[in-house]
Amino acid sequence: MTGSRFASGGLIDRKKPITFQYDGMPVQGFAGDTIASALMASGHQIVGRSFKYHRPRGINSAGPEESGALFTVGDNANRTPNVKGTIAEIHDGLIVRSQNAFPNVRYDLGAVNSLIAPFLTAGFYYKTFVGPFSGTRFWMIFEYFIRKAAGLGVASRDADPATYDIAHHHCDILVVGAGPSGLWTAVQLAEAGQSVMLVEQDFACGGQLLSRNNARDAAFIAEMQSRLTRAGGQIMIRTTAFGLYDGLVTGLVERVTDHLSAPHESLPREIFHIVRPQQIVLASGALERGLAFGNNDRPGVMLAHAIARYAGRFGVSAGQSCIMATSHDGTYDDALQLAEAGMKICVLDARPCYTDAQEAAKRVGLDIMFETVPVQVAGGRGVAGLEVGMCDSDGLVHSDNRMIGADVIGMSGGYSPVVNLLSHRGVKPVWDADIQAFRSGPTTEAIHVVGSADGFYDNEACLASADVAVSHILRPRRRDAETEIFRGWQTPAMPLFEINIQGRSLKSFIDPQHDVTTADIRQAHSEGFVSVEHMKRYTTLGMATDQGRMGNILGLATMAEARNMPIAESGITTFRPPFTPVSIGVLAGRSSGSDWWPTRRTPMHDAHLATGAVMMDVGYWKRAWYYPQNGETMDEAYIREAAIVRQTVGMVDVSTLGKIAIQGPDATEFLNQIYINAFAKLPVGKARYGIMLRDDGHVMDDGTTWRLSDDEYFMTTTTAQAGPVMLFLEELLQTRMTNLEVHVSSVSDYWAGIAVAGPLARQVLTGALPALDWSNNAFPFMGVQSAELKLGGAVIPFRAARISFSGERAWEIYVPADFGNAVWVHLAEHVALAGGSPYGMESLGTLRIEKGHVTGAELDGRVTLEDAGFAKMASKTKPYIGSVLRKRSGLMDESRPRLVGIFPKEKNKSFGTGAILCEPGAVSGFGKGWVTAVTHSPALGHWIGLGFVSGGYEAWKGKTVMIADPVRGATIEGEIVSPHMFDPDGGRQNG
Amino acid sequence: MLRLECPVCGLRDHDEFTYLEDGSITYPKLANENQDDWFNAVYLRENPRGRHIEKWHHTFGCRTVLLVERDTLTHVIGKIKPAHPKIAAALKQPATAKKRS
Ligand SMILES: [Zn+2]
Repeated sequence: MTGSRFASGGLIDRKKPITFQYDGMPVQGFAGDTIASALMASGHQIVGRSFKYHRPRGINSAGPEESGALFTVGDNANRTPNVKGTIAEIHDGLIVRSQNAFPNVRYDLGAVNSLIAPFLTAGFYYKTFVGPFSGTRFWMIFEYFIRKAAGLGVASRDADPATYDIAHHHCDILVVGAGPSGLWTAVQLAEAGQSVMLVEQDFACGGQLLSRNNARDAAFIAEMQSRLTRAGGQIMIRTTAFGLYDGLVTGLVERVTDHLSAPHESLPREIFHIVRPQQIVLASGALERGLAFGNNDRPGVMLAHAIARYAGRFGVSAGQSCIMATSHDGTYDDALQLAEAGMKICVLDARPCYTDAQEAAKRVGLDIMFETVPVQVAGGRGVAGLEVGMCDSDGLVHSDNRMIGADVIGMSGGYSPVVNLLSHRGVKPVWDADIQAFRSGPTTEAIHVVGSADGFYDNEACLASADVAVSHILRPRRRDAETEIFRGWQTPAMPLFEINIQGRSLKSFIDPQHDVTTADIRQAHSEGFVSVEHMKRYTTLGMATDQGRMGNILGLATMAEARNMPIAESGITTFRPPFTPVSIGVLAGRSSGSDWWPTRRTPMHDAHLATGAVMMDVGYWKRAWYYPQNGETMDEAYIREAAIVRQTVGMVDVSTLGKIAIQGPDATEFLNQIYINAFAKLPVGKARYGIMLRDDGHVMDDGTTWRLSDDEYFMTTTTAQAGPVMLFLEELLQTRMTNLEVHVSSVSDYWAGIAVAGPLARQVLTGALPALDWSNNAFPFMGVQSAELKLGGAVIPFRAARISFSGERAWEIYVPADFGNAVWVHLAEHVALAGGSPYGMESLGTLRIEKGHVTGAELDGRVTLEDAGFAKMASKTKPYIGSVLRKRSGLMDESRPRLVGIFPKEKNKSFGTGAILCEPGAVSGFGKGWVTAVTHSPALGHWIGLGFVSGGYEAWKGKTVMIADPVRGATIEGEIVSPHMFDPDGGRQNG
Repeated sequence: MLRLECPVCGLRDHDEFTYLEDGSITYPKLANENQDDWFNAVYLRENPRGRHIEKWHHTFGCRTVLLVERDTLTHVIGKIKPAHPKIAAALKQPATAKKRS
C-alpha cells in the first residue's frame, strides 16, 4: 500500500497545512486530519510493531477500535504512550513516535522473536512456571524477556506536569454518540423541553455520515447541531463516555488541549465529567469486524469501511488497487464510493449473487467475484497480492492458488453493536442470529439503545429506532403497538469469521496487537481453556489497548466452532470500564500534589511560622514540630524545649484535639455509658480524664471531659480519633441509646486550644489572664473555669481547665478560633517574660513519654485496659460500652504485652521506635514485645522509651531485655521499668 | 456510584455517606452481661445475596444515621429511613404539624 491524498475532497481544511514530527521526520497534513490519516496520506505504511513477534503493523481502522496505529505522543514528562493515531488530531509541533521497535518500526531487531514463536503461543506466560522449566533458573531468563516485551509504549517516569479538572452535571437525558441516531434523538428530546447533553468522542459530530462526505448528510448534521443548541441542548465533542455506573452515574473524559499547539495555560489537559442523568440514550454505534485469513495482519489489510472513511472524510487514498472482501451488502456502498473516487476496486463476496445491492453494483460495472473469499496475503512488509479461494455449496473453501494483485485489502465480516456501556451495568449481550452480532439484552434501568448500537444499520431504520426511544421517554405510560423496524443490512448476513482450507496452516490474526491467532484459540481449547473468560486470559485476546474491538467476535466464533456449539451458547466476555484508556491524572482531578488531601491549619499557624517553627504533617493537620533557635538541630531544639517546660514554663498549640459539645438532660447518663469510669458524680466546674472502649473491649480513645453545667459537657478527644469518636457517639445516640435525650455537636473548629505548662504557668496566667484567680485553692487540679480576656479592644471569652499531659502544673485554655492567633501571641509575650518558650510536637512527645502518658502510638486499636495500665480506672458497678467483651479470657491473659518504660543498660546508648524486645539469647521472630516511642529525656539525662512487653514490668523486674533493631542494625541491652518514669506521684502537676 | 435518597437532605452521592455496618443487628442492652450475646452482635454477620439492611451515616450532610435497604446482587436501593424511631416519626408528619411542635 502506498497511500496518497486525493486532489480534492474530504472534510479537511486544505488551506490550513500542519506540520508535525513523526520519528524525527517532518510530516505534512491538514487541519481535520488525524495522525493516522496524515501518515497514510504521506505514504507511511509500517507504523508499529506487534507485541510478541514484532511483526510490522499498519493502520487497520479509522476509529477507537484501532489495533495497529498506536503511538507515543509528546515529549519527556508530557509523553503519553499507546495513543490511537486514528483518533488523535494533529497540530503544529506535535511529536509522534512509533512504538515497540528498535531501532525503528521499519527495521526492527525484535522481529527475531518470531523465530522463537513456538514458545510464545497461547498461555506462554503461564507455561514458564511449569513443565520442563519448572524449578529451574530458566524462569529468570524468560522473565527478563517477557518484561522487556511487556507493553508497547513506555510511560514517562516523571510526574505528570499537566493539570486536570473534575466537573459535575445533572441533566434529564444524556445521549452518548452524535451519529445520525444520537443527533436525531437529542434534537427531538431537547425540542420537547428536556435538558439534553450529547457527547461524542470524535472531534466532529456525524458518526458514520462523516465517511460519505456528501452535501445532504453535511446539511443534516449542521441542522441537527443548530437545532439542538437552539433548544438548549449541550454538545460535547472530544468527550468519551468511558463508564456507566450505579444510579446511571456516567463518567466522561473530555480531551481539552491535546489537539492544540499552544493551549491557554489556564486550560486543563482533560476534564473528568461526572454526569447524573435521569435517563440515558445509547447511540454509541457499531464497529466493523474483520475476517480471519492468512497473514491478515500485513500493513495494508484494513477494515473495509475504514478505507471508504479515509477517502470520504480525509480525502486520502489508502492505495491504488483495492480488494474488498465481505460477507454482506453493507460493503457495496463503500466499494462504489471508492470506485467513484477513482480507486481500482475488486469485491470478493463470500455469498452467491442474489441480493438487490449485488445486482445494482454489477449493473454499474463494479468488479465482483461471488462465492470467493480471501485465503492468504502475499507480501512481507505490505500487501503484494491476495490468494483467493472458492466456497463450495457445503461451505468448504478450495484454493487453486489463484492470486489477485492489490496493494490494499479491505475486509468486513459485518458490524458489531457497541454494547460496552450496557455491559458495564451488568446487562449481558445476547446473540442475534439475524444480524450475526451480539446486541444488548433487556435492562430495567432508564437506558434506551438506538441506531446501530442496537443493530439497526440502514439510516432510516436508525432514525425510526430513535423515534421509538423518544416516544418512550416523553410518553412513558403510552405504549403504542410497536411496528417492527428491520435490523441488519438488507439481507441476512452470511456468518463468516475464519477462512480455513483443509490441510493448510494459515497464520490468521484476530488480535493483531497481541499477536493472537485462531491457532492460539484452538490451542486454548485443546488445553481446556474453553470458557470464553478463560480463553481471554489464557490467550490475552482482547486484553490489548483496543480491548478486543478488532477481533473479539472472531475469537468467540473460533472457540464456538472448536466446541461445536453456536456462539449464542459459548457466549461473550464481559466488558468492564473504562471503554477506552483513561489517564489516572484526570480521575484525580485537582487532588494531586499538596492538594492530594485537605490541609488543616490551626488558628495559630501564622504565629508558629513567625516564630520560626518547623512544621510537620499530623494527618491532615500542619503542626509545629519544634522551634529551632540560633541554628539548632531538631534534637537540640526539642531537648531544650522539654527542659524549659520542666524548669520554667512552655506553651503548646493543642487546637487539633477533637472537641465535642454534649448537651441535654441525659448528658451525664450518656457519658456514664460510654466511658469506663464513673461520670455520675462529676460536679459542675470539674474535668475528668475518661477512657472509652469499642464494643469489642479494646481501647478506642482517651481524653478529658469538662462539666460546664448540669446538662452541658465539653469533651476533648485525641487529634487522630476526633472524627471516629464523634461518629460513634452519634451512632449510639441514634441507634442503641435512643431513649437518651442528648445532643452532640462537633466544636473542634470552633475552639483554639493552648496548653500552658511548667512551674511558672500560674505566674504567666495570672499576668496574662487576670480575670481568674489561678491559685491552687481557687483553681485546683482538674478544675474548670470560664472568664473573659480584654485584649486590644476585644472582649474574648475563654474557658480553662487544669489538666496536664506534660506532668507539670498546667492549664488548657480554649478561646474562639478567630481569637486563637491573638491570644497565642499575647500569652507568648508573658511566657517569654517568665523565661519560657513555645514547644512543639517533638518535645510534647518527650514530656509525655517521661510521664508514661499514652497516645495513638500506644492506643493502636489492639490494646486493652489491662495492656495500657488503665484497668483500675474501670468501674465495677456500672455497665459501659465494651465492658462485657473486654473480659474475654484471651484478653485477660496475664502474658499479653503490657505498657512499660524502657531504659538502655548503658545510659549513653540510644534505640529506635519499632525495635523488638527480646529475651537475651532469643533475638528472633516477633520477640516478646516492641518499642512504641523513644526520646532523649532531659529530666533523666538519657534515652528512654515506651513500649509493650509480654507480662509487663512485674515480669521483667531485674532482668535484661534485648532491644533488637535488625533492620537498622543495632541490638543493645536494656531494662524494663515502670512506664511512669518521671515524677510518678504527680507532685509537680498537683502543686 | 451508589446514590442514596437521604430523607432529610435528598438524593446524594454515596461519597457523602459513611457505611457503618449491618443494619439488621440488634445489640444487647448495656446491662446484659452475657458474653455470647455480645459476641454474636459484634462479630457474626450474614452475607446475604439479595436484600440487605445496611447502616449508613450522612457524614457530609445532616449526620443522620440511616437504615438503607440494598440488594447486594443488583445494587438496587430500596427504602431508606432514619435509624432513630423518633426522627423517622417526625419526618413522617406533614410539614404543618412539624412547624407547630
Ligand atoms: Zn442527610
